[in-house]
Order: sequence, then C-alpha cells, then structure tokens
Amino acid sequence: MQTQPILLAEHVTKRYGKGDNQFLALNDVSLDIRAGEKIAIIGKSGSGKSTLMHILALLDKPTTGKINVNGQPAAKLRGGQLNQLRNQTFGFVFQQFFLNGNASVLENVLLPLKIGRVGRAERKRRALAALEQVELSDKAKNKANNLSGGQKQRVVIARALVNNPQIIFADEPTGNLDSATGAKIEQLLFGLNAKHGITLIIVTHDADLAARCDRQIHLKDGRVLMATQPRRRSL
Amino acid sequence: MKLYDIFTTASSNMFRSKLRTLLTIIAIFIGAFTLTLTTGLGSGISAYIDKVVGDLGAKDILVIQGTTDTGSQPGPTASEPKKYDPAKKTASIESEGNRNVIVLTDADLAKIRQIKGVKSVDAYRNATVDYVYGADTNSKYLASLDHYISGENYSLDAGRLPKPGPDVEVLIPSAYLKALGYASAQAALNQSVHLGATNGLGQLSEVTAPIVGVMQASLISNGTLSANDALVAKLREVTNVGLPPAATANFQAAIARFDPSISDTELKALKDRIKTAGYDARTVEDQIGTFKAVINGIIGVLDGFAIIALLAASFGIINTLLMSVQERTKEIGLMKAMGMGSGRIFLLFSFEAALLGFWGSLLGALAAMGAGQIINRIVGATFLKDLTGLVLLRFQPVPLAVIVGIVMAIAFLAGTLPAIRAARQSPIDSLRYE
Repeated sequence: MQTQPILLAEHVTKRYGKGDNQFLALNDVSLDIRAGEKIAIIGKSGSGKSTLMHILALLDKPTTGKINVNGQPAAKLRGGQLNQLRNQTFGFVFQQFFLNGNASVLENVLLPLKIGRVGRAERKRRALAALEQVELSDKAKNKANNLSGGQKQRVVIARALVNNPQIIFADEPTGNLDSATGAKIEQLLFGLNAKHGITLIIVTHDADLAARCDRQIHLKDGRVLMATQPRRRSL
Repeated sequence: MKLYDIFTTASSNMFRSKLRTLLTIIAIFIGAFTLTLTTGLGSGISAYIDKVVGDLGAKDILVIQGTTDTGSQPGPTASEPKKYDPAKKTASIESEGNRNVIVLTDADLAKIRQIKGVKSVDAYRNATVDYVYGADTNSKYLASLDHYISGENYSLDAGRLPKPGPDVEVLIPSAYLKALGYASAQAALNQSVHLGATNGLGQLSEVTAPIVGVMQASLISNGTLSANDALVAKLREVTNVGLPPAATANFQAAIARFDPSISDTELKALKDRIKTAGYDARTVEDQIGTFKAVINGIIGVLDGFAIIALLAASFGIINTLLMSVQERTKEIGLMKAMGMGSGRIFLLFSFEAALLGFWGSLLGALAAMGAGQIINRIVGATFLKDLTGLVLLRFQPVPLAVIVGIVMAIAFLAGTLPAIRAARQSPIDSLRYE
C-alpha cells in the first residue's frame, strides 16, 4: 500500500541575490519522503544540502516550486499555523548543539514544550521521559556546559524528541564527535526511527552514516545528482 | 510560549550577563533616584504652601490696589516717562525700590462697593511702629506691624486669633518671644507689649496692647506683628497727629470681601469687573501663587535633569539589549525553528527591558525615600528648624508608582529597537554555520 508522503518537494528552486550576483542554491529539486524513512542528504559543502534541509523544515521559502507537509501545501500556512507545525511536527539536531550552557539540561530539553505552551508539570514529566530515552536522567539538573560533547548531543536529541515529532532533521549530527561517540549517537537516532517510526532526515558528508540510511539524496551544485528510489513499503 | 513563561524567561535572561545588567540598572537607578527626590521635594514644598495658604484661610477676600503702571521714570524697560494724570494720585514706596503706586481714597472705596459681587470693602491701612518691647523695658526692638484681616487663620503656637471690636489686640511671631522676655508662647499670653510710634511732629508716644496669640514661624509670615482693627486705628490716631488730612486719607490697598462659595469662573468675572473699574484685585492664593510658580519652575528644571539622566540610561538599555540580541542570535534562531513566533520573541526582549526599568526604578525610588528620610531629619534639625510643619521631601505611593511606571515605559520603548531586531531575525541566518 502506498502511503501519502509526509514531505513532498516539487520542482523546488532557491535563488539568492539579484542580477549578475545571482546564485542558484537549489535547482529544480523534487523528492518525496514517506513516514518512517531514513533519508541522507549528501554532497560537498556548497552543494545546497543545508538549504534543502531548511526548505524542507519550513525555515525558508523556496523561490519557486512547492512543499507539501502531510499533503498540505506549506505555502498556505500562515504565522501561527506554521509555528505550530514547526513546534509539534519537527525536531532538530545540530552539529553545534545550540544549547544554553548556563541553563540546566532539563531546562534545555523542555524548551520546545515551553514554546508550545505545555503546562509546567507536564513539560517536566515529558522532558524527564525524553532524557530517560537518551540515558541522561541523572544529568537533568547539571548545567549543559558541564557535559561532554557526546552527552551534549544526546541532550540535543532529547530536546528534538521531547515533543514527539514526526520528523527529526539532523544537520551533521556526528560531525563534532569522535567516531565511537558518533556511532552511539547514530544508534540512538536509528533506534528512535525503528521504535517510534520517526522520520529521519540527516544532512551529512559522512559516507558511512549515509550508507546506513534507506535512501541517499546526492546533491551537487543545487541539483539532485543521484537519488535512490523510495522502497515500496507494504504495511 | 505563555506570557508567564516569557516573563520568567526574560527575568532569568537578565542574570545571564550580570555585570552588564548591573551597570544598566545603576544607570536607571540614578535617573529614578533623582526623579523621586525632585518629585518628593515638589510635593513636600507644595504641601507646605497649601498648608500655609489653608492656614491663612481668608478665602473670601480680594486685595485691591490701583492699577500700577510699571515704572513712571524711563528705566531700562520703560522707554518714555509717563504722562501725569491728576485723577490718579501716586505715592512713592521706598521699600519697593521707589516704585510709584496709585493710592486709594474713600472715593475709590465707594466706587468698589458698587461693583457687583463685592460684599463689603474696607481700607487696608498699615500703622508704622518704631519699636516694640515687652516684659523687659530696657530692651527695645525694631518691629513691623501688619493689619490683621478677620478670616486670616494663622497657625498659632498658643492663644487665639484677634477679634474685631473696640479692644486692642496683637499677635506676635514666635521669633519675638525671647526678645520680649517670655520663656514660652504660653507665658506670653495676656502680657502687654508696648509699641512706640512717631507722629507728624516728630513726637514719640507708646501704645500698649495685650498679646492674644503667638504665631508659628512660616515661610510666608515671619517676624511681623499682627494688629487688629482697633489697634491699627489707635496707632494711626497717634501717628496722624501733625499730618495734613490729605496724607492720612490715602491708603495703598483695600480689602474687599466676596461670597467664598462662588465658582472659579465667577471669581474671575468679579476680578475682571474690578479690573475694568481700574483696579487690580488678587486673592491670597494669587499672591502666594506667584511664589508657588517660582518653586514649581525650579522643580521643573530639576525634574528635567532627572529625565535627561533617564534618557541617557535608556540608551544604556538599548545598548545592553542589542548586545544580548547579538549574543543570542543562535538561541533566537533555535527558538524560531522550534516554532516561537516573532511576536513572542519581541515580547521576550521587551519584557527584559521593562524588567530592567522596573528594578532600576524600584531600587532608585526606595533609595531616594531612604535618603529623603535622612535629609528631612538633617534639614529639620538645622536650617529649616524654625519652619514648623515643613517636611522638605514628601513621598506618596501614587507619585512613586507613577515614576516606576514612567521609567518602565521608557525602558520598554528603549527595548523595542533591539526587540524588533531580534523578532526580525531569520532562523536560518542564525543557525547557519559561520
């Protein structure tokens, strides 16, 4: 049975600048991503992979082309709806963590819930549950600054999954980590995919990590150079 | 994010750069401190003036003088000498720098009496005395004497206000107690004072009057004895000996009474009618109002300095928050990526600005109140000791709340610029690797 794509990009083009300085970051990119898939976006730096991720995550608007989320055209979403979608549907994992170093681990993890107006007791409970999943419950009260790189990345993953997102976007999730720690983070992300069916969209230039995903979307100069076809899933 | 969460987040963000926050708060503190002190000074002094005016109380009188043309000789401001008008008699008053004023006569009184709204009118005559002495007959002191107008309500340390009638009575200011040889205000009551006066022939004679009350020292009346109608009449009887009748018939002012229940507009109409008739009419409040206007002017200038300090502080707020926005670029991007709206980001920074304003102004106001207590105590014990009832700095909750509110509003406005910058930030620019 063919499921509806959770994310659909049709002829997406992104252009920066004007006139002679024009720069085409994405050139006619089309792809569809189904719920539960593990997608790797690969390519050299400047190939447009980050731009593609930003557009898929609705952080940026394409110059032409359209994006559908769960069958809904994203262009029609207005302020509040868009924010709600970002808050409840997406989770983000970044290479550079973006943690508030002076706040506690718990505070960092519950930030999306705070933004999503979840009540005090409830958000604490859910944040602790998320920390449990990344095996950092005992560090809840520590300052984020006092953690190691691997621990920080696990906090970031806890923060990404605390609002039970459908999709987690991971931008070079293992880029800043040694290979042993990187492997753990990888396992953790793939585990979330396997256990909760969370769709993973990973931007990376780590070929090994990309190889373990269901599909690789290879970008070069803003074009999809080669993409493996979606597997037909039968449920 | 809920408003409450924005508030707590803004509050904790304040402490992320403690030194910077502290310095900004100090800048606001200085402004709020100054503003609180000047406001306290203003309300202290106007409360005192109101009390003194209330004390004087004669709210139903108008002091009427002939319309004065400023300067009859060409001075730096008047370009030409004034024409002589035989209908207007003038007298030179030395005490006012040889200013010529138009004197009034009984004919003027009759004219004023005809004006609608004037209930009664009397000549205001002052008697001049050369000296005064009390229990100690060997020590004579210079003194000046005021004509007590019934209805005037001086604050007294002891005794009562003078009564009209045939008996002579006098009020003495508390400053004269010791000189006249009395241990206390109470001891002076019903004692006799002797007033020396010279007549037109240069002969000296004395009039004796009982002390019926002792006046508190105040800014407005200080060091002047106050005599009732009978005493003024008796003194004039003595001093007018040897003067031509024309000289004694003139007086410089008249006291008109009106119905005190009339409205301000009616009072103004009455004053205008008197003006049309060719006289100046002023209530006691008008006379003190000039004094009050000067004080208000001075306080206004001081307030201006405080506002300038606050404006300087508001640039401190802008600077602090701009730096915060800069520092938190990634965090703002992250929050936006997580679905926080621009409006909420704006509020987050605006709240932080308002909180800086709140703490700065609250601490400034409290410190000013504390300093005010100390200043009041020191000033009250030293150079303003004699002014009973003057609290130099007076702090009331409503003006203080208004100050805190104003400072918070200024801080909020200062915060809008950085807050708008934060709200406009695009999540991708913030999250992009450098």
